[in-house]
Amino acid sequence: MTNSIYQKKFRLSDHILSSLINISALFSIVLLIGIMGYVFIRGIPRISLQFLTTVPSTIRGTFGIAGNILNTLYIILITLLIATPLGVGSAIYLNEYAKPGKAVRLIEFTTETLSGIPSIIFGLFGMVFFGSPSGPFGMLSRLLFGKAVGLGYSILTGALTLTLMVLPLITRNTQEALKTVPSTYRSGALGIGATKWYMIRTILLPSAMPGIITGIILAIGRIVGESAALLFTAGSGFLLPRTAAGFFKKIFESGGTLTIQLYLSMSKAQYDAAFGIAAVLLIIVLGINFLTKILSGKFDVSKRD
Amino acid sequence: MCVPLYPEGKLQKFRPGVPGPEFLVNTKGKFSMNSIIANRKSKSLVEKTAEIIFTVCAFFAVLAVLSITVYMFLNGTPALVKVGITDILFGTVWKPASADPSYGILFVILTSIVGTTLAILLGVPIGVLTAVFLAETAPKSIARLVKPAIELLAGIPSVIYGLLGILLLCPAMYKLEQKIFAGSQTHQFTGGANLISAVIVLAIMILPTVINISESALRSIPVSLKAASLAMGASKIQTIFKVLIPAAKSGIVTAIVLGVGRAIGEAMAISLVSGSSVNTPLPFNSVRFLTTAIVSEMGYAADLHRQVLFTIGLVLFVFIMIINLTLTRILKGGAKND
Repeated sequence: MTNSIYQKKFRLSDHILSSLINISALFSIVLLIGIMGYVFIRGIPRISLQFLTTVPSTIRGTFGIAGNILNTLYIILITLLIATPLGVGSAIYLNEYAKPGKAVRLIEFTTETLSGIPSIIFGLFGMVFFGSPSGPFGMLSRLLFGKAVGLGYSILTGALTLTLMVLPLITRNTQEALKTVPSTYRSGALGIGATKWYMIRTILLPSAMPGIITGIILAIGRIVGESAALLFTAGSGFLLPRTAAGFFKKIFESGGTLTIQLYLSMSKAQYDAAFGIAAVLLIIVLGINFLTKILSGKFDVSKRD
Repeated sequence: MCVPLYPEGKLQKFRPGVPGPEFLVNTKGKFSMNSIIANRKSKSLVEKTAEIIFTVCAFFAVLAVLSITVYMFLNGTPALVKVGITDILFGTVWKPASADPSYGILFVILTSIVGTTLAILLGVPIGVLTAVFLAETAPKSIARLVKPAIELLAGIPSVIYGLLGILLLCPAMYKLEQKIFAGSQTHQFTGGANLISAVIVLAIMILPTVINISESALRSIPVSLKAASLAMGASKIQTIFKVLIPAAKSGIVTAIVLGVGRAIGEAMAISLVSGSSVNTPLPFNSVRFLTTAIVSEMGYAADLHRQVLFTIGLVLFVFIMIINLTLTRILKGGAKND
C-alpha cells in the first residue's frame, strides 16, 4: 500500500525543510516590517517644522537638523559634480573606446576593488590624503602659499573621499546602460557620417540616460547613508552659515551629515532626536528606492516606444 | 558646380567612423571659409581630446586604488616598526593610554574573525533559504511584494541598525546576561553590549546581500535541470536541495564572500552595540572589532597610539584585499564553467 503510486510518499525531511524555508522568509519579512515600523512609530512624532528648520541651541532650547540637512546637500552636490563626469567618462572609455586587454582588465579590477573597500578605510585614507597637512594637498599648498595646510575636517574633504566611494557605482550603472544600447544605433550614426564623439554625445548618452540617472540616485542613497567615511573627513559641524559669504566658505568648514548627527545623538543617548533623524533618513531611502524602481523600467532602450 | 576638395593623388584614405565627403558644393566657385577641410581638422582634434579625456577618467579608479594602497601602507607600517610586528599582531594587552603603553591587537583581530564567522553562520542559512523561497516556492504575488522589501533592507543606513540594536537588542541581552551569570563573581557585566549583540546586527546587515545574489544565482539555473529532476520523481524539496542549490553553488559562494566583506568592514552599526573594551571574543564579553577600535579611538588618539590605529586599518585593508582577490578568482572560475 505504501508503494501505491496514487499516494504521495510522506517525507519528514521534506516537511522540515520546507517549513524552514518558510520560517526564514517570514523572519526576513517580519524583520523588515519591524525595523521600518519601529523607526516610524518612534520617529515620526519627533518630526516637526521646528525640527527641520532650526539648529541645536541651548540658549533657545531648540534641537533641529537644518544645519545637517544643508551639509548633506552640500556633500551630495559636490561629490556628484566630481564623480558623475569621472564615472560616466570611465564607462564610455571601457565600453566604446577600449580594446579588450590588460588595461581594461586592470581598470575593471580596480573599480571592483574600490566598491569592496569598507567605508572606514576610505575615512582613514581621506583623513590623511585630503585632510592632513602632510598629504598631497598640504604639499600643494606649501608649494603655492609656502605653508602646508590640508583641507582638515571639511565638507570638501568629505566630498572628495565619497567621490572615490561612489565612483564604481556610477561607472557600473552607466556601463550596464551603454551595453543595452543596440549596436545598430552606433553603426547607424557612424554610417550617416557622425564622428564618434558626436555619436556618443547625441545618440549613446541620451539613450543611456536612465541608467546614468539610476547610478546617480544610488550614489545619493550611498552618500546619505554613509557615516564611517565622513566621521573623520567631514567632521560634525551642525550650524547654519550666517552670511551669504558663509554659504561659500562652508565647504571649507566641518559639517556633519544627517547620518553623522544620528550617530552622535545616539552615542550621547539622545534617542528621541536620533529617531527623528532616523525617520527622515528612512523617508529619503524610501524615496530613492521608489525613484530607481521607476527609472529601471525605462532602462532598456530597445524596449522603449 | 562641383569642385574637387583634395588635389589629385592626395585623396585621403577612408577612415571608418570619420565622415569623408570628398566633394564640396560651392556655388560661387571658390572655397568658402567654412571649408570642411578645416572643419575636419578641428573635428579630429575634438575626437582625440574626447578619447584622451575618457581614458584619463577610466584610469582614475586605478589611481585611486593605488594611492589608497600606498597611503594605507605608509601610515600603517611605522607603528609596526616602532613597536615590533610580533608585539602588535600577537600581543594581547591593549593599554594605549597607560604610562607604560602596550599595543597588542591580537584580540581585536580575533574578534573581527570570530564575529564575522558567527554572523555568516547565522545570516547565510537564513539568507539562502529566503532566496529559495523567493525564487522557487513562493507564490508569484508574494515574491513580487517581498523582493523590493529586501532591496529596501539593503538601503537602510547602517547607523539605524545600530540605533535599533542599542534600544531593542542590548536590553534583551542584558536580561539574558543577568540570568546566566546570576551567581558569577568573575563576570564583568556589559549592559548587553557584547559579542552576540554585534553578531546579530551584522547577520541582519548581510541578509539583503546574501538574499539578492543567491536568488539571482538560483534563477539563472537552466529550467531543464529542474525539469529533469522532477521528472525522475524527486520531490520539489529534494530538487531544491540536491539539484538547484548545488548548481547555484558558485553564486552562493560569491554571496558569502561579499557578506564576509560587508560584515568585516562594518563599523558604525556595531560600534555602540559591541561594547568598548578589548577582550577575548567570548559571547558575553564586551569586545572591540578592527573597525570599532578605529572609530571609537581615532577621535582622541595621538602619536604612536594613532599610528597603531592606522596599523589596525592596514590589517583590515589586507583582509579586504584577500577577500576581493578570492572573489575575482571565484567569478573567473564561474565564468569558465558556463
